[in-house]
Amino acid sequence: MALLQATDIRKAFGGIQALDSCSITVERGSITGLIGPNGSGKTTLFNVITGYERSDTGKVEFNGLDISRYTPNRIFGMGMGRTFQLTRIFPRLTVTENMHVAIRRKGLASLLGRWSASSEHARALQLLEFVGLTHLRDTPAGSLSYGQRKLLELAFILIAEPQMVLLDEPAGGINPTLIDQLGERIRELNRQGVTFLIVEHNMEFIMGLCNRVMVMHRGAKLAEGAPEAVRANPAVLEAYLGD
Amino acid sequence: MAITARSQAPTGVSDAERAQRWRPYQIVFWLVCLAAVIAFPLIISDPAITTVAFFTLVFAAAGSAWNIFCGYTGYIALGHAVFFGTGCYALTIICAHWHIAGGWAPFEFVPLAGLIAAVVAVPVGIVALRTRRHTFVVITIAIFFIFQLLAENNVFGLTNGMTGAELPIPPWSGYVYNLPFYYVILVILLLAVATSWFVRHSKYGLELLAIRDDEGRALGLGVHTTRVKLSAFVLSAFFVGMCGAVWAYYVESVFPPFAFDALFDVLIALMAFLGGLGTISGPLLGALLLEPAQQYLTIAVGQSGLNLVVEGAVFLAVILLLPEGIVPAVSNRLFGRAAARKATPVAPGPAGPSGVAGPTDTTDATGARAPAPDAGSVATER
Repeated sequence: MALLQATDIRKAFGGIQALDSCSITVERGSITGLIGPNGSGKTTLFNVITGYERSDTGKVEFNGLDISRYTPNRIFGMGMGRTFQLTRIFPRLTVTENMHVAIRRKGLASLLGRWSASSEHARALQLLEFVGLTHLRDTPAGSLSYGQRKLLELAFILIAEPQMVLLDEPAGGINPTLIDQLGERIRELNRQGVTFLIVEHNMEFIMGLCNRVMVMHRGAKLAEGAPEAVRANPAVLEAYLGD
Repeated sequence: MAITARSQAPTGVSDAERAQRWRPYQIVFWLVCLAAVIAFPLIISDPAITTVAFFTLVFAAAGSAWNIFCGYTGYIALGHAVFFGTGCYALTIICAHWHIAGGWAPFEFVPLAGLIAAVVAVPVGIVALRTRRHTFVVITIAIFFIFQLLAENNVFGLTNGMTGAELPIPPWSGYVYNLPFYYVILVILLLAVATSWFVRHSKYGLELLAIRDDEGRALGLGVHTTRVKLSAFVLSAFFVGMCGAVWAYYVESVFPPFAFDALFDVLIALMAFLGGLGTISGPLLGALLLEPAQQYLTIAVGQSGLNLVVEGAVFLAVILLLPEGIVPAVSNRLFGRAAARKATPVAPGPAGPSGVAGPTDTTDATGARAPAPDAGSVATER
């Protein structure tokens, strides 16, 4: 049984059919790429899956559970984290404080306790080390560079130990060294059992990282398969170059 | 000190470590302030002055409570007079209904009055918090006017309308009249500040601050935003309601336009903005600066309404010149926060192409200012 299964998703914004009977499947333990020309519905699909938008029709199943009508916080609590195309961090909180927002809080006592004295603090610092932001831990997140923000966003999602992470253009607008580092981190997490679904325009990055690639076009899935096969698919080339 | 701090910043002394070093001075500073506030009415016993001091503490407490919700979440409510007025009338009705005599007894019902204000805040919050930002501000103002009209027209037969209602007459007189009120409101103030401090350092408070920075992102990280916002709203209403109750007992009678006072809405917001929105000490400093001034202006030019013009001008000046408020501005200067941030070396490896500068305001309470008890010189009844 696939970890994530979206079936026949439709979503219209006024007259624009952003998603038109879109169905995707993400296998447990995979790194799946999601590519497609601008406006093909990739981000909308992410929003529908993570509860930020409600689909008009269709069903999203995560771990066999129908999550189509769940709110974002509930979906996150079930183990699915996401990043945003334009990173969304908390600019006026420090980097460490950002890390603590996503920590699961069980019970009132833990909620009212001091975050800096919590048992998860060590783990927060460990994850900052993992993404290489330890030296910036007391800096307001708003003064981080774009690439550092992407790393921070990834780190604070990881603190909740998600089964699945959706990354929206993780390599967009960041420098090549950082892209390599990011790819390395994703592979390492994948080895630990985290499933990834990645939207990306950087073909080199996605072809090198993913074991499966899906192509979206006009709100529906156009092609799917191993990276090389997808790259050679004439329909895909048509979608990118034609029209 | 500021120079040392700044020069050390590039060598890796973090803001947290620097704040740590200042902590002992901070604690001493707060203790001195506390001692001064406690001793103040015993040393300067002129009722004209202690009256102003009492009003200042009322606003400091109400402002701190307002800040717990509005400052931390960034939802600017301009309708907290609803809870102030509810507190006023709650105590009035309790005393009338149970035939409470003047003396210490009415004070015992102040927490109950606060609780009633908190209960009223639940439906108000549920309605108002469906909206965000500017809409939220407008909705809170609208709700405030609904309550004012309900009280003026005595719709539920609770307020006695524009005739007003009486509270028990306190038995104290002359030079000691202000003292019980002063110390009761001081206790409420300390509780409000302690709550504010506690919230600021808890995970709960972190969730409030996360909502302020990016509510949608917080929701996507598992924060129960609706629940968190509503609980903070109700908590702030509880303290504001208690302030209203003490104030009502002090002035001995309540009238709808004074219990539900639009000026109150604006003043507590203005005080928090001036001192520093979302800081623990900001509302205290704001109240200390503005309330004596407002009392003075009411006496000096109140008849022509010029005091309102001046207060409006102050509001504009604060927004234009000190948008982050005094406490964050001073704190940045003192701790070299801004300088340290500029000097923070960007990571050699994982550096992005564009260093995006963040907003300059911080929400830390370091470098705090507390209410030094030098209240103004003119007394008045509101």
